[in-house]
Parts: sequence; structure tokens; C-alpha cells
Amino acid sequence: MIPFEYVRATDVAGAVASGAEPGAAYLAAGTNLLDLMKGGVSRPTRLVDITRLPGLAAVARRDDGSVRIGALARNSDLAHDPAFAGAYPAVAEALLSGASAQLRNAATAAGNVMQRTRCPYFADTASACNKRRPGTGCDAQGGETRLHAILGWSEACIATHPSDFCVPLVALDARVEIAGPAGTRTVPLESFHRLPGDAPERETVLEPGDLITALVLPPEAAGFSGHSRYLKVRDRTSYAFAVVSAAVGLRLEGGRIAEARLALGGVALKPWRAREAEGLLAGRAPDESAFRDAADAALTGAEPSGDNAFKIELARRLVVRALHRAAAGTPERLPALPGSVLAPAPEAPHA
Amino acid sequence: MPETAPRPIRHGSSIGQPLTRRDGILKVTGAAAYAADHHPPGMLYAVMAVSRIARGRVTHLDVAAAKSHPGVVAVMTPQNKPALARHPDEKTDGFTFRLDLLQDDRVRYANQPVAVVIAETLEAATEGAALLDPAYEAETPAVGLDSSEPFTPPAIGVGDPADMATGDVESGLAAASRRIEATYETPAQYHNAMEPHAVVATWDGDTLDLDMPSQGLAMAQARIAGLFGIAPSDIHIRSPFLGGGFGSKGMIAGPQVLGIMAARLVGRPVKLVMSRPQMFGPVGHRAPTRQNLRLGAAEDGGLTALDHETLTATSTFDDFIEPSGGVSHTLYAAPALATRHRAVRLDTGTPLFMRAPGEASGSVALEGAIDEMAEACGMDPLAFRLRNYAETEPASGKPFSSKALRECYARGAEAFGWSKRPLAPGRMRTPDGLLVGWGVGTATFPALMFQAEARAVLTATGEAAVAIGAIDMGQGAWTALAQIAAEELGLSIEAIDFRIGSSDLPNGGIAGGSAHTATAGTAIKAAAADAIAQLTALATQDRRSPLYGAGNAGVIARGGRLVRRDDETRSEAFAEILARAGRDAVEGKGAAGPDAAREHYAMHAHGAVFAEVTVDPDLGQIRTTRLVGAFAAGRIINPRLVRSQYYGGMIWGVSFALHEQAVMDPRTGRPMNANLAEYHVPVNADVPALEAILVEEEDPHVNPLGIKGVGEIGVTGSAGAIVNAIWHATGRRVRTLPVTLDKLL
Repeated sequence: MIPFEYVRATDVAGAVASGAEPGAAYLAAGTNLLDLMKGGVSRPTRLVDITRLPGLAAVARRDDGSVRIGALARNSDLAHDPAFAGAYPAVAEALLSGASAQLRNAATAAGNVMQRTRCPYFADTASACNKRRPGTGCDAQGGETRLHAILGWSEACIATHPSDFCVPLVALDARVEIAGPAGTRTVPLESFHRLPGDAPERETVLEPGDLITALVLPPEAAGFSGHSRYLKVRDRTSYAFAVVSAAVGLRLEGGRIAEARLALGGVALKPWRAREAEGLLAGRAPDESAFRDAADAALTGAEPSGDNAFKIELARRLVVRALHRAAAGTPERLPALPGSVLAPAPEAPHA
Repeated sequence: MPETAPRPIRHGSSIGQPLTRRDGILKVTGAAAYAADHHPPGMLYAVMAVSRIARGRVTHLDVAAAKSHPGVVAVMTPQNKPALARHPDEKTDGFTFRLDLLQDDRVRYANQPVAVVIAETLEAATEGAALLDPAYEAETPAVGLDSSEPFTPPAIGVGDPADMATGDVESGLAAASRRIEATYETPAQYHNAMEPHAVVATWDGDTLDLDMPSQGLAMAQARIAGLFGIAPSDIHIRSPFLGGGFGSKGMIAGPQVLGIMAARLVGRPVKLVMSRPQMFGPVGHRAPTRQNLRLGAAEDGGLTALDHETLTATSTFDDFIEPSGGVSHTLYAAPALATRHRAVRLDTGTPLFMRAPGEASGSVALEGAIDEMAEACGMDPLAFRLRNYAETEPASGKPFSSKALRECYARGAEAFGWSKRPLAPGRMRTPDGLLVGWGVGTATFPALMFQAEARAVLTATGEAAVAIGAIDMGQGAWTALAQIAAEELGLSIEAIDFRIGSSDLPNGGIAGGSAHTATAGTAIKAAAADAIAQLTALATQDRRSPLYGAGNAGVIARGGRLVRRDDETRSEAFAEILARAGRDAVEGKGAAGPDAAREHYAMHAHGAVFAEVTVDPDLGQIRTTRLVGAFAAGRIINPRLVRSQYYGGMIWGVSFALHEQAVMDPRTGRPMNANLAEYHVPVNADVPALEAILVEEEDPHVNPLGIKGVGEIGVTGSAGAIVNAIWHATGRRVRTLPVTLDKLL
């Protein structure tokens, strides 16, 4: 760890001014950043502690039906907010399927969005990584690639984004509210994270000094609450990053799908919105054939980036499963194992 | 041969009681001081810089940059390290393994220490170590079992022959009406005890004071003494609590010696604690294996031959060969039996002892192959195992000193509900369509005995002081050994000042091989018997005593008194006997070691593990929804602690079957998942239902206490049962472990 300056921001403007300095990084819970600093992966020269910024932890329902999630809202507080979980059950399920209870109690909403990839070559300072040190190459390729990207990757980077939370958020058209040196703006979460292209070091659209102040779910996002699921295939039952995950929201009218939302996690360097699949589902009956078509569409263009071809078929099957589960209706209570494909289906009788 | 008479039942017994851990409150309140909790005055922090290549040479270290970092006191490199009296690569006996102590610029594996930075703070030492920024001349490392030419090792494990054969396997296979051949692969697994290796070292002239987790104090003393050219008695090691050992703390690890060297270099106390990623290198690991099994069976399911060939790996610079074939020597009655071990040399640290070394990896392959043979014979896997039940040890022909495996099968099967298992795979589903499978595996582990000494002093107050340099590594020695002392002295456990975990106590041997309770317990029993005998002599030879003339065999110790066997109204308190004799105390000494009975009997603990798995038919995700193990391991000192050992072992089985593997980059030979986020072990949700059944077993031969040991057996059987259950759920035999979901798609 190199010596760094610690600055405690007291208001957003001050935070932005302080955060705009070269080498500065914002510190919230630090559940990811501090680990990366200890490993020498991130070496900020200034930490701007934003945890004391007033009002940034609030979850506010607005008159237009939208909801504003303060950047500092704790993952666990948000997931256990009954009104929030009732309106956006897939978001709550995604939150509770991630990390551990201890981490969720600390981690913030914006911090979750800002998580760095779990690519082992990114985390390993002895490996070449274009994301960590631009232009040095990508040692992941030809190495251990079982969990790497199958969509949207480039020769420069095959990493994935690890967030669960972002997957249903992107499906629900969430927007990111950003305070920057030039004022406040909002951008769709879908375009917030960047695909690697030839500049994987540019992970988001944030500019120096930009601070996420909130995540906003639009009014129509609550319209999927009756038929929403987040499912996450994992290498162990809990406390593991997704091999692949899927967030689904359906609006059913007269036995048909009026509108569908679908996004995938663990497949690309950003939460992957499957718009073409959504379009295919609109107007169809919620059945296996429609779901398979959607799954095929969602994985259009998928290609293995190494020893991970299985993820393509796995993601297809997971999409079908998640659509079935969503069509069956959001469970009355969150499953005991949130996001688990092994949890009993909602229609199954309780043991 | 010894008689098999039932032991007399003694009154006031402490053995057999399910006492809670006597150190439990200390641990849960944080009052138990582990090695790294110590901060002697003037202490500095040492942090290792470790190699980022797996093979080659360090060509440059930026020592100046590290030294100029504020707070850095010294940088220890091959150039300035303190001189050692013995080269770290010199082997003096079979338990001496080569250490990396900055002897030169060679790199023999990734994460090998290449320098140590000593500083006023942990942060300064950490940054100093990063600033060293080593430059390397890298060579292509050997990675994986196919990377070099196998050789026949001179010995496997701790000195067993590489090859063993009895009967003619090829004829047995030829005569079989059914044959199977299967190759199982197990990955490299790395030690990840909660407590990483640590040392706090203080030199005073040529005497050395250490807080250091160790599973074997006397062995550590001897190794340190040899390296530094000092007397073992000038080394004091305190190791009252270990945050897990599992074999990795059996011998002192190189990084711990580096901490001692660092303290010598700077002339101040030094603490060195390994980081989690550094655990993936210099502290031993379980080597990968590829095991080829060929089995033949007659029409009735009786095995005609069992051939078990193991290819494993050791380091380029030392030999430790995972003895995977050993389980085949013991478990199933095959008239023709052969095992062979071959190894390749890889650019890794030397693999060493890891919970059930050999038995764990061998068991999963053998149990898988046995299941495949049962399937080929159209038999229920449990019935097949019973059909091939070994009445005598197959490899040696010796009778078992005791073997309640039949009862384990029966009790486990009953508790699990095995009789309802459909023979064919893929027949059971949950209401929501998930596949369910049931599997069984046989557990076994040898009942070993090492050497130990103990002291038991009966004092004028009628109480006792019992001391032995035994080790509690989480298994419960503080409690179980004290129960033995209480039992043998006829005192309540509260009346005993019980001391372990320090090298200035009598040599308690090594807490390893599942033999510590047996060995240390037997030494305590002997010391207690000696003390009681001395006390008895004082009483029975004294006309003033109500016990006068009873003879040594005529009294027993109970409730702090000696009591006449034939007349319980005649007794005398320990304190009264000592007072009248004018004695402050009587001091008993005892020793334990393997005895001649070992030549006549095969001695093993046994068990049967039944596993239920749930598998998603489309997505492949697996969960072990139920594990039931029934184990027979001789006399049980404390059923609560023993059950906990079985639980832990069975959870290791889940880990072995489904999770653990070091992922090595094939180009660099570096472990790419050297942290607990990516190196998976089970979490609570992976172990929803666990049951351990303690099957009674009396063994009059194994040692005077009849104890077989329970520390490692739980790993065996369990992983195989899970792999077999996955087959039963899916119809797919996955022979490459761990079984991850992609292997089922």
C-alpha cells in the first residue's frame, strides 16, 4: 500500500472537486476498493470518503412513480425494504444472491455498480492486463478462462462484470444520476458500463470527478413486479459470483406477454440487456417455444473467449428457466436461497 | 496374542462424557491468544516478498527502494541473511523437508519467498516488500501431470514402497466375468486453515522464544535447533491454540523460519504472518493425482482383481508422494491386488501432509471405481461392498484388531433410508423436477501410534498437575486429554491443573496422523498410573492407612481417594496419604509408543458415508442435500468433539467432491485463484443436513486406551459418496474432480 491522502467530503460539490484531482478515488464501504488496494491493483493517491455525504442513503419514491436509490443505500437495507422489494422483487433477489450478509450490510448501491471485474489476471499484478495497465496485453487469453465473457468481448479484454444488482436494474431501464464538475446528468445504466473494445481501461462513462449520487428506476419498472425473477447459476450454493445469471420481468395481459424485460449477468463486461429477445417475446404466449426463441436471440453473437463455450448453452437454458419462473409469478416471499436455481419453484408446496 | 477381555468399568469416569470445549469461552470471546496476537516489546513486522515466477532466478531486488521507505528497518535477502548452521536443503531424516530460506537466487515455485522486509509497522513492511519489485530470469515451468516424464519414487508417504502386489492381477482380471477400467483425476488442493502460518520470534543471545502454531513442538524444536546450531532445549515454543493445522503445521514451514532469521538479523523481536495468497506455495499442499483403476468381478459380484495405479506429482527439489493406493490395501477383499505409484516433478512447492494424505484422494477414486463395478454387476452399491467385505486386511493378510464396518454400513443405511434407493440412476426427482441421487462410500483411516511422554503430579492438596506438550489444533485436546487425565487419576476434571501446548512440557509428540489423542492420551494414562502406583505404595505399606496390606492391585483411584477394591468402605484421600507420608507430591511419568501388537494386527478406523445430492437437470448446479456418516473408531473419549471432527471431515469431503482446486496457469505455473473468494470451500448453504453416527467399537489391541483416532477419516468415503450420488442422479460418471456444473451439461 502506498501512502495516500484521505479526504472526508461533507457535501457533493466538495466531493466532486476533491475527486476530480488526478489519482483520486471515491471511497464508500470499500468492500472492493480496499481489497484491490491491498493487492496493489488499485493505487489511488487520494481517497475521497463519501460516506458522510448527507441524504445519499435514502430510498425515495417520487410522485411520478419512479424511485430514487441514494448512492449510499446499503445493499441489505435496500433488499429488505418491503416496499422496494415488493415493487422490484428481482432487484431485491439479485442483491440477496450476492456476496455475504456481512458484505451486503456494508456495500452501497453505487459501490455495487462500480465493482471491478473478478478476472484473476486483472487482480494479479504480475499478469499483463489491458484494463489494469493499458497496452500491456491480456494474459487471460490462453490462461484460465472458464468464467470469462461470451458476449461483447474483444481481443483486448475478455473479462466480465461481476454485479448481480446491475442485471435486473439494467432490465428495468434504471438510470444513473451523476454529479460532475459540469453539473448533474443522468445516463441509462445500460450505457454506463462500456464494452472493452480497444480501451478496456475505460470501464464506465464517468469522467474525472464524476460521482454517482443515485440510481433511478423509472415509473414503469414497477409494472413487472408480478412476474419477476433473478436466477443465478453458481459454483456453490451461496457466496459465489455468477457463472451466468438472468433477470426477467414480464407484464402479462390476457394470457400473453405484453412486455418482457431480460438481462444477463456474468456473460460480458457489462450487464447484458437482451432487447432482441424482449421484442420476440412481446405478444407471445408465455410458453417453452417462446422462451427458447428468446434464449436463442439473447445469445446471438455469443462466442467463447476460451474454455467457456459451456456458458453459452448454460445461459440459454438459464434464460428459459428464468422466463418460466417469472411467468409462474413472483414468489410471495423471497426464496430462502435467493436467486438459486435449486430453490423450490414457487408453485411447489413448502416442505 | 493378547487376550480380548472386556475392560473393567471404572466409576466416576470422565471418559465418554460430551464435555464442551474447556477453551471454548476463551475462543469465542477473543481471549485465546493465537501466535499472531503476541506483541513483545520492541517487536518489528516482517513481510515476505514472494516469487511471481515458478522457475528461474531472481536477478535483481530493489533493496534500496525498500530500505528508503519510511519505517523499513532491514531487508533480508540471500546476500545478508543470517548464517545457518545447516543448509536448508540438507535432509537428516524422513521427516525433514527442504525449506526455502533465501539460500540462493533460485526460484523453484511460485510464491516462494525471495526476500523479507522488516519494518516498524505491518504497512511499511508490506509496502517495502512491494518496492523490492524483483526482476527474474524466468524458465519454462513444468505444470500439470503431463509435463514431464514419470519416475518410480523410492518411497511414498512416509516410507512405504511405491509398488505392492499380492496375487496375480492380470489372471484375476482375465478370469473375471465383468471388468471395469476407470481413470479418476483429483486436482491440487492448498492448505487454507483459518489461521495462516505465523511466528513471533524473540532471541536472547542463543536462546529463542517463539509464539508459533505447531502441530509438533519437539520436531519443530529439533529442526530449528539444527538450522541455527543451538540446543533444542534453548528453544521455547508456545502453541496453545491453532486456528487449524490439517497437516500444514506438522513441520515448521519455511516462512516461520524466515521470521526467526529476521529476528536474528535485526536483533529485535519479529512477527511474520503469512498472507492468504502466500499460503499457495511454501506450506505444503495435496498434489494432483491421476488414478487408473482396473477391477474384475465374478458372476456373483466377488472381486477377482483390483489394480490401482497412481500418477501424482512432487516438487523438483524434494519428494513427498501422495500415497493414494493405500486405501486399496485395506478395504475390499480382492484375491489379487496391486498398487503402483509414479510421480512427475513439477515447479511447485513440495506437496506435504494434507488431511488424510493419500487416503482422501485414493478413496474418491477407489469408491468411484467400486461403484462402477457394482453397476457393471447390476448390484446395489452397498450390497456389492458387503459382498466384498474384507474379513482380513487384503494386502497383509492380517486380522483386523477390530472392525465394526458392517455395523457402520447398517446404521448409516438405516438412518439414511438407503433401502428405498432405486438401483438405476436418474429415477428420483424433487417435486419441482430436480434430479436426486444417492451414493455411498466407505471410509477408512489407519489407527496409528506415535511417541509421547507425559507427567502427572499428585499434590498435597489432593489435586493434580498434568503436563504434556500436546497440541490443540481445534480438535479439542484441551478437553479430551484432560478427560483422560481425570479418568486415570480418579479426580474430577476441575481438580487437575492441565497444561499442554508448550515445548517446556514433556514431549507430546505430533498432533497428526489422527493419532494424537491415542498417543498423548496413552502417555497421560501411563503417567497417571505411575503416580497412582506411587501413592498406593505409600498407603498400602503404611500400617496407619486403612489400605494397609491391600497391595497395589487391590486399590483403585476414585473421587480423589484410593479405595479398596474388595471393600469400598476402606478408603483414604490422596491428600491424607501424602500428608502422613510427609510428601508434597508424587510425580508420575509415562510414555507411549507403538507396541508389538501392531505386528499382528491391521489397525484401522472405518465408516460408511451416505450422500444425497440434488442436481439441476438443465443447468448442472449440484448441492449435497444430505450426508449421513457412521463411523467406528474404537473408544470415544468425548462424543461431542468426535462428532465435530466427523462433521469437519465430511464437509472436507463436500469440498473435495465439488469445490476445491488450485487453478494453475498452464503457462506460468502460478495459482490463479489464491484467495478464498475464488478458491472455493463449502459455505453453510452447501451443507444443509449433516449427521454423524458414532458406532460402538471395542479394540483391545490398538493401544491401552482402545482409541483409533477420528481426525481424518471423515474426509474419506464422503467425496466418493457424493461423486457416486451425482452418477445416481444423472447417470453421468464424472471422474475429474471437483465435479463442477459444466461437467454435467
